[in-house]
Amino acid sequence: MSTKQMLAALLVLVVCPCLLFGGTISGKVTYTGTPAKQKSIDMSKEPSCAKQHATPVTVESVVTGTNNALENVVVYVSSGAPDDGQVPAQAVTFEQKGCQYIPHVLPMHVNQELKVVNSDQTSHNIHPLAKVNREWNKSQPPGTPPLSEKYDKAEFISVKCNVHPWMHGIFAVLSTNHYDLSKGEGEFKLPNLPPGKYTITAWHEDYGTQTADVTITGNETKDVNFTFKAKAY
Amino acid sequence: MAKIFAITIVIIAILSAIPILRHTWVAPEDISTHGALIDEQMSETMAEAGIAFLAAQFILAFFIWKFSDPGPDAKIKKFPGGATGLVIAALLVVGVEVMALGVFGVKAWANVYLNPPSADAIPIQVQAGQFAFYFRYPGPDGKFGALHPELINEGSQNIFGLDPEHDVAARDDIVAAEMAVPVNKEVHLLMHAKDVGHSFFVRELRVQQDFVPGLDVSLHFTATKVGKYEIVCTQLCGLGHYNMKAYLEVMSQQDFDNWLKQQAGQ
Repeated sequence: MSTKQMLAALLVLVVCPCLLFGGTISGKVTYTGTPAKQKSIDMSKEPSCAKQHATPVTVESVVTGTNNALENVVVYVSSGAPDDGQVPAQAVTFEQKGCQYIPHVLPMHVNQELKVVNSDQTSHNIHPLAKVNREWNKSQPPGTPPLSEKYDKAEFISVKCNVHPWMHGIFAVLSTNHYDLSKGEGEFKLPNLPPGKYTITAWHEDYGTQTADVTITGNETKDVNFTFKAKAY
Repeated sequence: MAKIFAITIVIIAILSAIPILRHTWVAPEDISTHGALIDEQMSETMAEAGIAFLAAQFILAFFIWKFSDPGPDAKIKKFPGGATGLVIAALLVVGVEVMALGVFGVKAWANVYLNPPSADAIPIQVQAGQFAFYFRYPGPDGKFGALHPELINEGSQNIFGLDPEHDVAARDDIVAAEMAVPVNKEVHLLMHAKDVGHSFFVRELRVQQDFVPGLDVSLHFTATKVGKYEIVCTQLCGLGHYNMKAYLEVMSQQDFDNWLKQQAGQ
């Protein structure tokens, strides 16, 4: 590298650290209206699971927080992401515990390793209802080692247990590493975005999808908020 | 050798009859109004089948004892009239026997199926699916909401595929994973399967009825004793069949009313 080029590179680093650290998109996901009451789940037919819950478990399709916050919304960069194809080396874990799926929504990268763990004293039979990817279902008796799987196409996959009909979860298989799951206050954060035009998508299992176009010009934080309309039933 | 075989047959036949005659394995206490007739029918069937079984074994043993070693010069004798006459005679005897059991059993059957339920019988719908039973009560309006199979979503606990958004009758329907019934009150059970064949069996209630996919099956019964009983699936329905069960809670009318209120609040 010539001296001129090195100086130019240094200049770029000094003037525009955003190239290294990038911009951030953050915001909140909220809802308007009144969400349907989340029904409670009766696990009495599976006593080993029922006794793990002091209070009755409710359905997790719509989980809300304070100030109309909406949890479990997958917010991700659906176009413009620069790192497509970089598969994280670390596996994501999906646990079957107390006859529930933990976490309820599990985002992962295409081809990232997925570990399915059975922590219960009963058999489970995990059955992700994939439509784009190859569909499979696997029985997992108590005490067996974790299952290892991966998905090679982006898809939102509804997961059920063939033994316990109330068990329900989501695999969000994404072709980007820029994603987040909205938390208790509805907040999300997508850091390390180089300058560029992005489409941000927010996906909720019951309320559908919303998108927003955002342009990042430097080392800045841009606020993007999503508001879903709650369904009364 | 043949004589030992004949004796063995007799011993096995007698040994297998002993626990039946001694009532070693009795059915659990009957908690239904129709159960006595069912038990009677079962006893009659057992007695007739038992007598036929013992008779067949003894005759078999007798023939083995007498004719198994006829000696080198013996001639094979033919049954008078030939085999055809024998087969027709056997068919008639067995046929009449089975018909008689059917005719005498109609009364027991009618109590559960053929006679219509009383007008104030409590309608309860039961849906069997891999691998759980779910029960639906019509709620205060007394009407079941319509079923929309395409709306079934177990993840959000829409087990029956109800459409409360557009269907007013469905809004107060109560769906539960256990079956509560008031004691001494007739229940009209409306059965359907979500996927494959299942069965609804409560030993104490003397009710065992298959779910047939595509068919709406109904029966009615009156439970006479407060308690908790097990409902099990008795048709092999898949991987989780062993675990397909629910509970029948027979309770006082007041407890039942409270239970309904509690379920409606969930």
